[in-house]
Amino acid sequence: MGEFKVHRVRFFDYMPSAIRTMAFNSQTERLAVARADGAVEIFNFNDNFFQEKVIPGQDGRAIEALCWVGHRLFSAGLNGEITEYDLENLRPQYTVDAYGGPIWTISSNSQGTQLAVGCEDGTVKIFAILEERIQFQRNLNRHKGRIISLCWHPSSAQIAAGMTDMITIYDAETGQATRRLLVDRAMGASKNKEVVVWSVGYLSDHTIISGDSAGKVQIWNGLTGTLVRTYLVTKWDVLSLIINASQDESSVIAGTSEGTVIQFQFISSTLDQHDKEWVRTRTFRNHSHDVSALAHTDTAVVSGGMDTQLVVRPLLDKVEKNTQESALRKIAFPHRSLVGCAKKAGLLLFQFPDRLELWKLGESEGHGEQHTHTHTLGEDHICCSALSACGGWLAYSTVSSVRLYRIQYNKTISINKVPKLPKELRSVHQLCFSSDSSKLFASSCQSSVIVVAVSQQECRYLHTLKHKTGEWKARMHLLCASDDGKWLATANTDCEIHIYNLHKMKLHCMVPVYNSCPTTIAIHPVTNNLISVHADQQIFEFSLVQKEYTQWSRRLQTQGLLSLWLERDTPITHITFNPKNPDHIILHDTYMFCIIDQSLPFPELNAVLWNQMTLKNLPVSQRIGQSHAFKICKIFQHLMCVSLLEDLSLVVVERPLLDIMSQLPAPVRQKKFAT
Amino acid sequence: MAALYEGYTLCGLVPDQNLSSSGIQGIEEERDRDHVVVTDSTRSVTLYKVSDQKPLGSWTVKQGQKLTCPAVFNSQTNEYVAVTDNKVIRIWKEDDILLDKAFKATVSSDVWKVHCTHGGEPVVLFQRGAVRLLDSLLAAPQQPIEEVLAQEETIRWSTIIVAETQQFIIITTEQKGEHFLYLQRLNPNSVQRYRLEREEPGLSPLSFSAIYKDKHICLLYLYPNGHMYQSVLSVRGLGTEEGVQALPLPRSLLLGLPVGDGQLEAASAMALDEAHVAVVGVPHPSAGGGKDFLCIWNTNFQTLQAGKEMAGKIYGQLWSYSNKVFIPHGKTLSIIPFECPKSSLASALGKLKHTKTEGELNQTCHTLRTTRKSQSTTNLTTDQVLELIKTAPVEEIQKEVEGFLTRSEFQDLQPSVGQLALTLVSRSLADPAFYSSSTLAQLVHTRCLCHSVCPDLVLLALEKKDYFLCQLCLQFFPDIPEAVTCACLKTRAEDKKKASAPSQLICPVGLHKAVLINEILQTPYSDTFLLPHLKDLSSQNVMLFLQYLQFLYLKYSQDAFPQMEGFRSPSLSQIMDWVCLLLDAHFTVLVMTPEAKGLLLNLHSFVKSQVRLVSELGKIEGSLQQLHKMKAKESIGQYSIEIIELF
Repeated sequence: MGEFKVHRVRFFDYMPSAIRTMAFNSQTERLAVARADGAVEIFNFNDNFFQEKVIPGQDGRAIEALCWVGHRLFSAGLNGEITEYDLENLRPQYTVDAYGGPIWTISSNSQGTQLAVGCEDGTVKIFAILEERIQFQRNLNRHKGRIISLCWHPSSAQIAAGMTDMITIYDAETGQATRRLLVDRAMGASKNKEVVVWSVGYLSDHTIISGDSAGKVQIWNGLTGTLVRTYLVTKWDVLSLIINASQDESSVIAGTSEGTVIQFQFISSTLDQHDKEWVRTRTFRNHSHDVSALAHTDTAVVSGGMDTQLVVRPLLDKVEKNTQESALRKIAFPHRSLVGCAKKAGLLLFQFPDRLELWKLGESEGHGEQHTHTHTLGEDHICCSALSACGGWLAYSTVSSVRLYRIQYNKTISINKVPKLPKELRSVHQLCFSSDSSKLFASSCQSSVIVVAVSQQECRYLHTLKHKTGEWKARMHLLCASDDGKWLATANTDCEIHIYNLHKMKLHCMVPVYNSCPTTIAIHPVTNNLISVHADQQIFEFSLVQKEYTQWSRRLQTQGLLSLWLERDTPITHITFNPKNPDHIILHDTYMFCIIDQSLPFPELNAVLWNQMTLKNLPVSQRIGQSHAFKICKIFQHLMCVSLLEDLSLVVVERPLLDIMSQLPAPVRQKKFAT
Repeated sequence: MAALYEGYTLCGLVPDQNLSSSGIQGIEEERDRDHVVVTDSTRSVTLYKVSDQKPLGSWTVKQGQKLTCPAVFNSQTNEYVAVTDNKVIRIWKEDDILLDKAFKATVSSDVWKVHCTHGGEPVVLFQRGAVRLLDSLLAAPQQPIEEVLAQEETIRWSTIIVAETQQFIIITTEQKGEHFLYLQRLNPNSVQRYRLEREEPGLSPLSFSAIYKDKHICLLYLYPNGHMYQSVLSVRGLGTEEGVQALPLPRSLLLGLPVGDGQLEAASAMALDEAHVAVVGVPHPSAGGGKDFLCIWNTNFQTLQAGKEMAGKIYGQLWSYSNKVFIPHGKTLSIIPFECPKSSLASALGKLKHTKTEGELNQTCHTLRTTRKSQSTTNLTTDQVLELIKTAPVEEIQKEVEGFLTRSEFQDLQPSVGQLALTLVSRSLADPAFYSSSTLAQLVHTRCLCHSVCPDLVLLALEKKDYFLCQLCLQFFPDIPEAVTCACLKTRAEDKKKASAPSQLICPVGLHKAVLINEILQTPYSDTFLLPHLKDLSSQNVMLFLQYLQFLYLKYSQDAFPQMEGFRSPSLSQIMDWVCLLLDAHFTVLVMTPEAKGLLLNLHSFVKSQVRLVSELGKIEGSLQQLHKMKAKESIGQYSIEIIELF
């Protein structure tokens, strides 16, 4: 295959934001995760945990709690507002101020008719959930001290509220506090430090389970108001606690500041006994820092926190052992590309939530000449960005606006904002330049693509591409234009891929819908075949001219991909092609990049997928017999981008996980090795 | 290791005239571990406080009456229960003075024994095998008692055992030379009959013992041929039907005890815990044919753990309560405390601190032989050399032995080297003028010798003050007993030349001695065996030795201690072990010795610094282990241009 010159880039200081809270919707199998920067991510647990949606954050929006009501997602935060999200257009739909100071918690009743929020001023406020909005109904009786945590009884008749030093049970009808459970403070020196009930759970049998800042998980009888059992699980805080409410309420998990997740189960302590009790069963230790967010799916414990990683830990009694389903999954990087690469100009664009960085790659070995330009923006965070291949244009979008910049590079770099963009470019989800940099494509609401001509003189609206008139709402998360400027491919989160003919400015065809979401798509510059890779790691090649899957694609499907390929747990986020050898497709995930050589046979099902070492040690004459289509390279780790420049040198942008870890604050002190 | 401690006498005995019986019927535990009730074979019951070795009370039945079963103590009611003349049950309290005035009841059938566990209700076992709880029996003393045993079947032994909450009576019987076992569960009652496997014809078990462990009853029984068997009975799933059918009782041979001449007569074995058995009336394997021994055997490793000779006749009786064995012998009833710590192979075998690989041995031997090939003169056989050694002068012997060693193959060397060494040593011992140091050294150098082959060699070398040979022996013998190690040490120390005011950094002994002591420090040893011999050292010796150890320690503590190539020096941990051992053995003496004060203070500070060092090392252990795992990684900058090759 040969040698490659590699620009190894490690100066992308990407730093994911801490996970603040999460909510799992067991009907749709979607997990909503809120991060400290206010961003909300939606993961599809039915489709390989693919991060299908990201709602960008905003400065000052600190989400403290998330709540699903059917398909609707609500959040509340320390800015005192309740927000409902538009999950199609990926932006807040509306916000309502609760007028109770910062909101710590939000919880809906089981019928999905009411939302309760816990406020700093000590009130529990009830909102009615209406068709298109929410409406304030009333306050429950007010208490001194903030309401930190809330949980509805499944019958919706009571609400348990965790506060400082106590838990209050409210009658949801009358708003009266019916019972108070006093929570013990920590023993020892911190006795005079008040204890915060970070989390409460309310079971059908009126058992209340609480987790508090004294490190206790306590089980209460909510009817009598008596403490049943106390488990001291950590020296620090029990920050989060969740019941498997969608099932039989027989399992509760609690996350601590030490990074552990502890499971409690309602089981009989001995085999032959019938009376069950809450027993501490398992301890998971997958985090280095606070576990502030938890979700309990039917088969797994999902946790996240300060260390920014989302961990899905299957419960081994609920899944089949030694399958892909039983594997621990850590999601550390976004499932989309945050790096733009201008192939002709050797420029790199790094997308941060609040700024963009533009870097120039060095010319000669060892002397990486880097020009950087950092652009800080307003309070809305960036949702997408694009850099034209020639390096002359840069565009980015927030939820509310799009900006376009002209970049000029002679000795020094100059970046000038293009004024007066067409008014159609308002809120877009994805941006993409045509390969000759003359057009900018923007996926907009209602599944449309706006085509804008960009030139030195002006920026002019050309056309809106629509594949259907009417109410089709799935948003496009991927855009890609062909090198010859004839085709544009779009993919949406409903797994549909559409092809537009740009000469005729109309829909050309639709690729047969596959049941897994495409994670990246690309059009081959020579053959004009569309390559798509999906969340379940399948690869397809579709001929745009013949409107059918290619022979190669059919052969691949017939023979099947190796299980080692299918079991990789990060999606392919970028595809590029080798202009000198049309047989080469270069794609990458977080842990490897792979050059697929379409002229070589597929690996046999029992073959070694990663065979570079074997091949290296073989004499040249024997290599041909041993080699197969997948050339995998794992030298570079935690890849953010792999791209091939016009001069055939590879650009590899790495962000080692260790570097991210080293930037985290120090974890709570733990006793280790007799210290 | 299990140990028997110094015993003491509880009381005297009045044995039969022909010494066939000890005069004691039974010993039962009373209210606590320190009180026992002893029933003699005729008329009296005595209560003893064991630790005080004195009687607290005694009760006697009238002349003409006879106690037919050992008295037991019912701790529920604080009453004693005994049976006189087979049929009369007597119950009394501690403050009853006259037994005749106490409660009695006559039952309709002969009683074999009354059994009672601590905290449990007494159980009456009749001679015909029936079992009654005492209370229910006394409610109607004249109630008819059924016959459980067959005709001509008689009880030989019985006991009571508590398994979890269930009480079990175990009875062994004999019928026409066959032996049976009844496992009788109480409340609800059920019984199972087992048939014991036959031993050699005509042999009946001498003693039984039963313990409960791991939900099973372990029955231990000893035959006169020294075979000790174990049978395991499940307490669960006991058949409800009455034990008409005798199930065969599987057994496993636990120990084959040495019996000496003839067969055992009055012997008894008793399980002390899961792994230890006390045996009385069986000869000590290394003490001739006398059978008056009390021994503790480890059944896991089949090793003798402790033994004690008991003066006077052994009656084959043995009781054990709370880590004390009660044994009647001669004219006394002795109490011998014992200890059976959890046994491990390491403690049973001692620790061997370093082992040399076989390959290394061969290597050394080979080089030795090749270098000396040229010197051989005549070709003598082993026998000829042996003859020569008995008479010839030193030089000739040396030459011939050398020649012999070079000629022989390594495999053949082993037996002949032993013979040569033995002959040489015995001649040296017989003839003080004869001593051939270099020949012996050569023989030791072959590494075919060990201490057991030639036990006098080291002592001879010591006597001749041949410290080089001593050192070689210490270095090459894997099996030097601790006693000999200590003897070396003692001679060494006694032989000291007075170093003028030994300061900490001046070696307190001469170089040759130091080399020898170093060798001693490296010999394998077992703490348990070494400690008693260490106690024989005089305090002066101990002081000197400790001073030397201190010197070594300081040498080690200095940075850049010259670890010379080929110089055999003890490791720091060996030094510390010896310091601890010596201090253990002599601490009280040293504390009282004013000269030792400074030394002790210094050693104390060493120990402290060691503890600190270890704890500090413990802290960084994890990090250091990580170093192992880490591969040397080249540092990668923020940006570089590299070339990779794909195949």
